Amino acid sequence: MQKLPKNALQIDPKHETERIVTAMRAAMKNDLKRRGLVVALSGGIDSSVTAVLAVKALGPGRVFGLEMPERQSASETLSLSGMVARHFGIQTAHEDISGILEAYGFYRRYDAAVQSVIPEYGEGWKSKIVSSDIMETRGFSFFSIVAQPPKGEPVKKRLPLNAYLEIVAATNFKQRTRKTLEYYHADRLNYAVSGTPNRLEYELGFFVKLGDGAADIKPIAHLYKTQVYQLAEYLDVPAEIRKRPPTTDTYSMPQGQDEFYFALPYDRMDLCLYGKNNGYTPAQVAESVSLTPEQARRVYADIDTKKSTTRYLHLSPQLVEKIAEIKN
Amino acid sequence: MSDVKSTLRQFIVENFLFGDDDGFEDDTSFLEQGIIDSTGMLELITFLEEEFSLQLDDEELIPENLDSLNNLEAFLAKKQAVQQPQ
Repeated sequence: MQKLPKNALQIDPKHETERIVTAMRAAMKNDLKRRGLVVALSGGIDSSVTAVLAVKALGPGRVFGLEMPERQSASETLSLSGMVARHFGIQTAHEDISGILEAYGFYRRYDAAVQSVIPEYGEGWKSKIVSSDIMETRGFSFFSIVAQPPKGEPVKKRLPLNAYLEIVAATNFKQRTRKTLEYYHADRLNYAVSGTPNRLEYELGFFVKLGDGAADIKPIAHLYKTQVYQLAEYLDVPAEIRKRPPTTDTYSMPQGQDEFYFALPYDRMDLCLYGKNNGYTPAQVAESVSLTPEQARRVYADIDTKKSTTRYLHLSPQLVEKIAEIKN
Repeated sequence: MSDVKSTLRQFIVENFLFGDDDGFEDDTSFLEQGIIDSTGMLELITFLEEEFSLQLDDEELIPENLDSLNNLEAFLAKKQAVQQPQ
């Protein structure tokens, strides 16, 4: 087999759009049997494309957008999500989740976990989690907290087990709170909920179980992120959204997905995952993604690790015996 | 089996295998066999630091040191020899 072509992920966006909206209509009619779709709008590329596909499939009157910022959300989140809604004629509701998170004790729990590692962390500081760079280290990947004081240089500390688990558990309140509100609106409208993961997030397990991982339909889960951008352009998603760098919008400091979870920026990660899924060796992928064969091998190993670690996120509750009468 | 290795084996078997050590050998790779994932590795490091009163540096967190009972035993012997020179 030859080296992986750089354009391996090129799709026909018109054909792909038709294929997806046909499948969405069929799922609504045959399986979900709800009158429309709720889509959480983050102002990012995935939720925007998902919302437009829902509009194409069902019409704007059957798509309900939800904007759910909290006090740590990036300032541009609301303006961009509002732009999508206006552009495609989607009705939306605005639900600021800060109060709910406060009631859960999210901010207090998160701050306490960071303070267990960086005692001076407090009012006015911002922070995020980053993972070790698998290209730079030959060891295991570990997470560190990066905290930025109001004035001064950021502090970076490797996270011990308890602090790491507490920070992740606390931040998962955000995704689960948003999903609770999505299902509230879906229930009152007799709608279903659309998830917005792309292939990288879905296959590599970058989602919160019963948080952003919960949905009745995931229309772009099969599309690599590069392909989502191709669809976005075809579907006339506003350029401001298409040009925005992917962000997790989960922590108070800006956090790129590739510094927290993925080993590479999305376009190269896409090619590595596609190459691995389609029988290319690391050496055959390396040149196309500007890596050495050894680096590509590490990315392949990292993909295996992530899939194995996050397998349980995809699993349904385990039963002692299969209930044959329940058809999935 | 050394005391150290026995302590390590007991921790791995009880904590990650729920007591079922079938097929778990001294040279079994924790990662390749899916016994320990990345969060599990953090648990292992916390255990090592508390049980053996050690501080592990970032550059020591590599498979050659941590990814099997044999590797762990050798790493701990080296580490403790440095910390407590005779």
